Amino acid sequence: MLILSFESSCDETAVAVVEDGRRVLADEIFSQVALHEIYGGVVPEIAARSHLEVISLLADRALEKAGVTRRDIDAVACTYAPGLIGAVLVGVNFAKSAALALGVPLIPVHHVRGHIAANYLAYPELEPPFVCLAISGGNTMLVDVRGYTDMSILGQTRDDAAGECFDKSARVLGLGYPGGKPIDDLSKRGDDRAYDLPRPTVNGGSPYDMSFSGLKTAVVNLAHHAEQTGEPLDKPGLAASLCRAVSEMLVGRTMDAAARLGYENIAVAGGVAANSRIRADFEAACQKAGKTLFVPPLRLCGDNAAMIGAQGYYEYLAGHTAGSDLNAYATMEL
Amino acid sequence: MTYITHSESETEALGAEFARDLPAGAVVALYGELGCGKTAFVRGMARGMGLDCLVNSPTFTIVNEYLGERPLFHFDMYRLGSADELYDIGWEDYLGRGGVCAVEWSENVPGAFDGDEIEVRFEKTGENERRITIGGGTKLC
Repeated sequence: MLILSFESSCDETAVAVVEDGRRVLADEIFSQVALHEIYGGVVPEIAARSHLEVISLLADRALEKAGVTRRDIDAVACTYAPGLIGAVLVGVNFAKSAALALGVPLIPVHHVRGHIAANYLAYPELEPPFVCLAISGGNTMLVDVRGYTDMSILGQTRDDAAGECFDKSARVLGLGYPGGKPIDDLSKRGDDRAYDLPRPTVNGGSPYDMSFSGLKTAVVNLAHHAEQTGEPLDKPGLAASLCRAVSEMLVGRTMDAAARLGYENIAVAGGVAANSRIRADFEAACQKAGKTLFVPPLRLCGDNAAMIGAQGYYEYLAGHTAGSDLNAYATMEL
Repeated sequence: MTYITHSESETEALGAEFARDLPAGAVVALYGELGCGKTAFVRGMARGMGLDCLVNSPTFTIVNEYLGERPLFHFDMYRLGSADELYDIGWEDYLGRGGVCAVEWSENVPGAFDGDEIEVRFEKTGENERRITIGGGTKLC
C-alpha cells in the first residue's frame, strides 16, 4: 500500500511516499529555519505562507523521486494535530484536496504518534509493545506503545518541554536558536558537575510526569547572579550540568517504566534524541538493564513526512480515516 | 493589587482564585521574565475555571486551547516579534469564542490590546519569592 504523506506542523514542510508503513520511497523536506532565523523564532504568518508556497512543488517532487504517479497512491495521510494552527491547516487542507482528487482515503495522524513511528522506518524488526520517550521542542512524553495505534501516556511534562528548556537556557547563555545543538556542543568542553542543578519532581499526577521549568529557572538565576556580581560564568560547565540533569530526569523514568511494564524494547523519538549526552546515557542504561535501545538516525528524529506515512499506514489498518470535514487542532491528546 | 507568593503552588493558587469569576471575553496580559511563574499562574487559572486538563507551556505552538463551558486560550508571545503577528494567528477569532485569553510575554506585542485587558505583572523578589501585581481591566472589574 502506497501512502502519500504530509507534515507541516511547524518549521518544516515535508512530503513523503511510504510503502506499507515501513519502506520510504521518497522523503522531501523544505526547512524554514533559515527564514525564521532572521526573526529569532517562528513567525506564524511566514510559516503558513511558506508551507503554502512549497507544498505543491514538494508533492510533485516526492512522487517523482519515488518513481510513482498519482494513480499509484492508495491513501493520503497528514499531521492534523498538534502544532502551529495556521501551519497545520495548510497540510491538512492540501491533503484533503489530494485525497478527494485521487479518490483515496484520508488518514489523520497525531504528530507525536508520527515521531514514535519513525522507529519503524529505521528498525524493520521493531514491533510493539515498547516504551517510547518522545522528546522535542514542543513535546516531552513517555508513552506505553502497546500496539501500533493502542498507546497511552505514562507521564509527560507539566510545564516546559525538554527541548524548550534547552532553547530558553541557550538564549540566556547567549547561544543561538534552536538551542539544542549549541548547548550540546558547548557541554562537551565542560564539567557536568560544575553546577548543582535541581531535578524537579511533580506533586500529584503520574510518577512519570516531569517538570523542566524549575531547571530553566535555575539556569536563569545562575546567569543573572553572575551578571550582577561580576563573577565569571562557566558556560561549558553549566551546559554540561544542564545536559546531565535533563538526561537523568528522562533516562531514569524511561528505564523505570520499561522495568515495571516488563518490556524488552525502549525507543526514543523527536529532535532532542539528537542530544549526545542523552543518547550515551540511554545506551549505558539499556546495556546495564539488558534492554534493547532504538534511536532513529538524526534525519528521522526531526520533523519529516515519512514518519507520518509510517504511522498513517497503521492508523489506516485500524480503520482511522477521516472525511473532508477533517479539522486541524493546536492541542490534542495523543 | 499586589500579592507575594513563596512557591510555584502558591502562584498557582493565586491564579485559580483570580480566574474563578472572570467573565467570558476577558483578556489577561501577563508580563515578566523567564521563570517567574507565568505558566504556573495560568495553570491555576484553568483550575479555577473548572477546566480539568494539562496546562503546559505554549511556547512551541504559540497557543494552547483548554476547552470547556468557558474555555481558556493560553497564548505565548515568546517567539513573536510584534502585534501584527498576533493578528496573523487569528487573535480576533479567539476573542469572539466566548472564553478567556491569557497571554504570556505580552511585552512582545505592544499595542495589541484595546486597553480593557487585565494586566498581571510578575517580578522575582527572591529565589522562590514573586511579587505579582494585578491591575487594569477597568470595564471588567
